[in-house]
Amino acid sequence: MISSQRKKRKEVSVQKIDLEFELNGVPVEADVEPRSLLAFFLRDHLGVKGIHVGCDTTNCGACTVLMDGKSVKSCTVLAARANGTKVTTVEGISSNGNLSALQESFARNHALQCGYCTPGFLMSSLYLLGKNPHPSEEEIRKGLAGNLCMCTGYLNIIKAVKEASSSNFGSEAGNRNNKNSGGS
Amino acid sequence: MYPAQFQYYTPKNIGEASELLRKHSGESKVLAGGMSLIPVLKLRLTRFEHIVDISGIKGLADISEEKGHIRIGALATHGEVEASGLIRKKAFLMSETASHIGDEQVRNMGTIGGGLCHADPSGDWGSALIAMRGTVQVSSSDGSREIRADDFFVDSFTPALGEDEILSSVTIPVYGERSSGTYAKLERRAGDFAVLGAAVQLKVDEQDVCKYVGIGLTSLGMTNIRSESAEKALIGKELTPESIADAAESSRDDMDPLDDAIRGSAEYKKEVGSEYVKRALLEAMNRLRGGTK
Ligand SMILES: Cc1cc2nc3c(=O)[nH]c(=O)nc-3n(C[C@H](O)[C@H](O)[C@H](O)COP(=O)(O)OP(=O)(O)OC[C@H]3O[C@@H](n4cnc5c(N)ncnc54)[C@H](O)[C@@H]3O)c2cc1C
Ligand code: FES
Ligand code: FES
Repeated sequence: MISSQRKKRKEVSVQKIDLEFELNGVPVEADVEPRSLLAFFLRDHLGVKGIHVGCDTTNCGACTVLMDGKSVKSCTVLAARANGTKVTTVEGISSNGNLSALQESFARNHALQCGYCTPGFLMSSLYLLGKNPHPSEEEIRKGLAGNLCMCTGYLNIIKAVKEASSSNFGSEAGNRNNKNSGGS
Repeated sequence: MYPAQFQYYTPKNIGEASELLRKHSGESKVLAGGMSLIPVLKLRLTRFEHIVDISGIKGLADISEEKGHIRIGALATHGEVEASGLIRKKAFLMSETASHIGDEQVRNMGTIGGGLCHADPSGDWGSALIAMRGTVQVSSSDGSREIRADDFFVDSFTPALGEDEILSSVTIPVYGERSSGTYAKLERRAGDFAVLGAAVQLKVDEQDVCKYVGIGLTSLGMTNIRSESAEKALIGKELTPESIADAAESSRDDMDPLDDAIRGSAEYKKEVGSEYVKRALLEAMNRLRGGTK
């Protein structure tokens, strides 16, 4: 892998890839460069600012979205990969301006301070609850291990997910997941 | 951060993918889950002018049982391996290894084939494959061949793959009754690469005599390696805490870890490494006795 790194750069004509996918239930058509990353494509070209880029190195999870129902770090997924998929971002989990039960629970439990990490935590929590409607604390910790928060110390986030799950949220998460992103 | 420009291909089958790799020899790379490749492309640690995305190839993610073996398609994600009931029941070591890799998002994208082909000595899959004496199937437009776990890891980040070859599946034997396996991994924080790790697979007879033992080590050599000394020390012996401690002690002879400013000195890794071999063997023994895998 390393061997070709010192090779002199040849000019490569820029290819365009046609994309068709569903973003929060709405069909989208666009063309992208091969190297375009999903996070920046959604933020900069489609204006989906709920995608936060914290580390840009696959560590913090702030850029987490659901692709065909599965949580992925969109800073490390080629935009081209979204072709034919259903993508759900934090914008897609509330309806008509009403927060989802999970978001309400985050607010009630002070599970955010600056809020930078929050969209990512919400998407990871949603994925977790869709798979496992009543996770134990340990399962919540494991499910959220790919998301970092510099402010809250995590305890309130865990509490919020726990509370959302015990209010029979799980089935709702599952449905929402299925509805918006084709299920997993 | 963006990778440097590249041409992007989505071949429909392995033959097409292999042709592309051959045509652009030296300037092309396979992309599977991207969880190793995309970060290095973004950091510009490397660049390729042609990226061959195999993720759309159909049928390469299946997990099935055939004649005493389990076959896992190269594109099966870590998460799919972890969630597979078949694997949990018949090859628990593989499911446990999967659950230790990265975090949920990484497990949703990263593939077993990619993990093996990346051939990072701190990758987890190689150790499990070595412990289970698994094989990988690789294909090019010229045909297919099989490579044993022991022969697959040539050097750090160097698998035994030709330039136009693609790993299509992984097969592991089913060890059946009175067998169990486990993966003991030391990490600095949740979801991190291993400081070190030990994968073990055991099988005993009615008298608790060790009929099969496989031990694969993570981050304790230039590649994932087998601890032959520990295996030799245990095979044919009755499984007891003492025989396990002896075997673990001899596992040091096989370790040749790198000194590492972040994850510890070579001496530290050998010390803790043999302890992890012991813990993994003890855990596997306890599972045998407890009747779980
Ligand atoms: C935050 C984070 C944490 C991680 N933690 C761990 C960890 O704890 N343990 C661990 O083992 N790994 C870890 N990884 C790496 C992860 O497991 C990767 O998924 C894996 O190493 C590569 O699989 P991939 O499918 O993503 O492959 P890619 O990144 O797409 O490819 C990796 C390499 O393999 C080659 N390749 C891929 N598939 C094939 C194939 N079928 N045939 C031939 N060549 C192929 C590619 O050309 C490339 O060289 C981590 C990654 C991240 C981002
Ligand atoms: S911005 Fe993608 S993981 Fe941090
Ligand atoms: S609330 Fe500030 S980083 Fe999490």
